[in-house]
Amino acid sequence: MLTHFHKNAQRIYCLNRKAEKAGLSRDMSFADARAMYPDLISDLADPIGDLGFLRVLVRWAERYCPFAGVDGTNGLLLDISGAAHLFGGEQAMLDDLFARFQRAGLSPAIAIADTRGAAWAMSRYGQKSHYGSKQQSGAIIEAGGSLPALANLPVAALQLADKTIHSLRRLGISTIHDLSQIPRVTLTRRFGASLLLQLDRASGAQPDPIELQKHQVGFAARMTLPEPIGLSEDVLGIVGRLMHAICKKLETAHMGARRLRLSAQRVDQNTVYAEIGLARPLRDAERMTNLFSRSVEAMDAGFGIERIRLEVIEAESLKLTQISHIDKKAAASDALADLISRIGNRVGFENIVRYLPAQSHIPEKSFLVAAAAYSEAAENWHPAGERPLSIFPPESIGATGASPPQYFRWRNMPLTLVEAIGPERLLPEWWLDNSDWRSGMRDYWRVQTKQGRRLWLFFTPQNPNWFVQGEFA
Amino acid sequence: MAQEFFDIFPLCSRRSHEAVGPGAISFAASMVGITHGPVLWIAEQRQNEHLHPGGLIQFCDPGRLLFAYGKTHMDVLWIAEEVLRSKSVSLVIAQLSTDIGLTEGRRLQLAAEAGRATGLFLLPQGMGSNAAETRWHCAPIHDCNNSDSTLFDWRCIKNKSGTTGQWIVNWNDTAHHINLVAQTGQRARQQAQAG
Repeated sequence: MLTHFHKNAQRIYCLNRKAEKAGLSRDMSFADARAMYPDLISDLADPIGDLGFLRVLVRWAERYCPFAGVDGTNGLLLDISGAAHLFGGEQAMLDDLFARFQRAGLSPAIAIADTRGAAWAMSRYGQKSHYGSKQQSGAIIEAGGSLPALANLPVAALQLADKTIHSLRRLGISTIHDLSQIPRVTLTRRFGASLLLQLDRASGAQPDPIELQKHQVGFAARMTLPEPIGLSEDVLGIVGRLMHAICKKLETAHMGARRLRLSAQRVDQNTVYAEIGLARPLRDAERMTNLFSRSVEAMDAGFGIERIRLEVIEAESLKLTQISHIDKKAAASDALADLISRIGNRVGFENIVRYLPAQSHIPEKSFLVAAAAYSEAAENWHPAGERPLSIFPPESIGATGASPPQYFRWRNMPLTLVEAIGPERLLPEWWLDNSDWRSGMRDYWRVQTKQGRRLWLFFTPQNPNWFVQGEFA
Repeated sequence: MAQEFFDIFPLCSRRSHEAVGPGAISFAASMVGITHGPVLWIAEQRQNEHLHPGGLIQFCDPGRLLFAYGKTHMDVLWIAEEVLRSKSVSLVIAQLSTDIGLTEGRRLQLAAEAGRATGLFLLPQGMGSNAAETRWHCAPIHDCNNSDSTLFDWRCIKNKSGTTGQWIVNWNDTAHHINLVAQTGQRARQQAQAG
């Protein structure tokens, strides 16, 4: 029997069939259980270890179907649609699965159903009756038969909140059959939509999409040191060695690292972290080690570091490429990518950007700003009329006439108009709501002032006003 | 006169330069236009005013530019130094709103030498560091005798290894180079001689 600490008491986390028969149950206080049976054999539960074991089982379960995943803290979820016939039908598959589990010393509760909710309910609550009778590998609910099959199960089998289960029980509704007999409107009014949603999901009336988290292959390496170290060169040396190990793994998996984390455990049991991002997926140990040098120098080693772990947090696929010594262009782009990584690690990757062309005639939306690390330089730039070199949010100059003002003040400078070329009429994109264009269409003028400044003015005829939006020099 | 200008104008490499005045951005853009390869443009955290690729296109291919934004003045200087040193770009342009100190100016100059790159710092009027090789005052001008609408008045106001001067220029956006425009007085004389 295993115990864990939950709701302010040591409680039973998991128990074997013998204990169950003796009258013990899950979530019972451990003190009570021991009072009943002083010679109880117990141990502390290890949920993290359990999860690790479940992950191992998931990888093993992929022999049955490609969609296998961990469900909650104690379940496996297999989407066997289209895979059962490979094992000779659902019953045969179930028997095979059960036999293999038993051989490994596990006693699983298995159910096959056409909805995830029904399978969950059946496997958790459905088989209690079968236990005593005889060997049965699991339950199969025929397609469309979810609701009748679940009828005698307790409402808890619908994966409801504890509060809902309690109030249902207080109302005298203990089985799913009872629940399905009650008019839906009253149930919704009393318990909200989630109760019926769970019921509908179990019966198949509502879709219940399955999202399985694929367990990713991790790339990590660590080193425990016989003596603590404190010099940044030493740390970097170890990072270099770990990096070589990781790069070898990355190479076999045809992957490249995009983000790495270094965690260094100090003698005082504290852990310090350093993280770097890369401008493109990479598996070049030396270049990545160099990027760590700045953050390692900033690291506080305390009384010394005794364990170093390096892991890849984000990896992307990176195909093997032919290395060439004549390709100068590749070398130059590598150098530029390293530069982007270095800058990005200091000021953030969102702060190093490039412009990409966009399909819009609105001047401020005719280009996109994209992070340089996640985009390629674009080449298809087309001039869209005369545009200023710099633009800024429109600044009103307080004129209202329909023709360009002869004299105006802009940024506290008195300016005299010499020549105005225009208008170039631009209409707002009516299919998008843009608050800057609420004042309607704009007539753009290129204005040369006597003082030299060449400005980009616009007039809003529907809402007479003049603005300066850009400068040509 | 023309000789003097082209002695100093494509700003000499391995040095840091400075530009001030309302036309500093077009000065930088024309520098980008006459160089090759990627260019890094550094500015302090996204300001309201930014370059428009539609206007940049007459000077250079906007795809060549990378923009980096530093949170503080120091960040911008750090990025500038790092990039100048890296040998992977030939031109670095940094827009600053406060002055460059003596130490910083010298560091940037040394970084430009080490990385064989050109640094160009766009500063507010009246500022500058002693370490800069040249400093330019740039402004767009209007000449009523000249119908050309892209005239600039470029004045070299500091030059460590030569003379200073003032030139009227315009940008030729098809050939991608700077044309020197004769000043009004001289042009009148030339016309008189021709006539």
